[in-house]
Amino acid sequence: MPTQDQIFEKVQSTLVDALGVDEEDVTSGAALFKDLGAESIDLLDIVFRLERNFGIKIPRGELFPENVSDPDMVENGILTPKGLSEIKQRMPYADLSEFEKHPEVEKLLDLYTVDTLVQYVAGKLGSN
Amino acid sequence: MRWIWIDKFLEFQSGQFARAVKNLTLAEEHLHDHLPGYPVMPASLIIEGLAQTGGILVGEASGFTEKVVLAKIPRAEFLGVACAGDQLIYEVRLTDLRSEGAVVDAKAFLNGELLADLEIVFAHLDNTRSNQIFGPKNFVFTQQLLGVLDLAKAQERARLAEADSAAGNGLSRPLPTSEGGSS
Repeated sequence: MPTQDQIFEKVQSTLVDALGVDEEDVTSGAALFKDLGAESIDLLDIVFRLERNFGIKIPRGELFPENVSDPDMVENGILTPKGLSEIKQRMPYADLSEFEKHPEVEKLLDLYTVDTLVQYVAGKLGSN
Repeated sequence: MRWIWIDKFLEFQSGQFARAVKNLTLAEEHLHDHLPGYPVMPASLIIEGLAQTGGILVGEASGFTEKVVLAKIPRAEFLGVACAGDQLIYEVRLTDLRSEGAVVDAKAFLNGELLADLEIVFAHLDNTRSNQIFGPKNFVFTQQLLGVLDLAKAQERARLAEADSAAGNGLSRPLPTSEGGSS
């Protein structure tokens, strides 16, 4: 089982390859979309690379949840209690404490930081 | 002009590998504009040819039931140019395939030398949403584009029949059946 630092380094190089960013910009707290300029189509590329680089299987929708725009999950751009609990269940590896206070769906993407990916991968490797 | 940037498949291993050929000729309009007095094939059209080779490889892997679109080119390196009269060989290997899409390693060769080296990510369009926008027809794999693969299969069948005939087996050997539902 690799250490958190080893996982971070590999996630870092994964993002450098997938997003064409400089290594020094890929810090632990950097948000994939806001800070590293990722777009939705990059998510598929990131999933492919993480699977390849770590030898893990990432089921569809597990790392980046799909269908979060269902009406019973979002109301006026805010996650409903059901939506929030669904997100918590789908993203146990993410720190949602700040997000919970104002769960705007647009800010959902900001939850994806480099550290989120590191925690996700660590969880996968630990359970393998 | 038809938007087909490969002339023929030379090899097709389902779900694994495809090799196609692209002959460049001065009859192609783009060579007169790119560049005036110096006709070289635009790198973007070489990418398109590699993407068509890879797109058919990816589409065939799931029986052409998915709408396969080029999503992203994470890496593209060009080491030279191709001119009128040249013959490009496109080689594409499927490296990853999952329900959301696929990745291929794509290379173009000129006279046996590597000319272009790319990685291409394809996405499978969400069928529910794409049906709402585009209708149920698979607009990616038109008969025009798939005709290139059909032609290669027909030529292969003819070659096998000819080989049988030359070996004195007459026409008794059955032709290989078409795979992938492209016809």
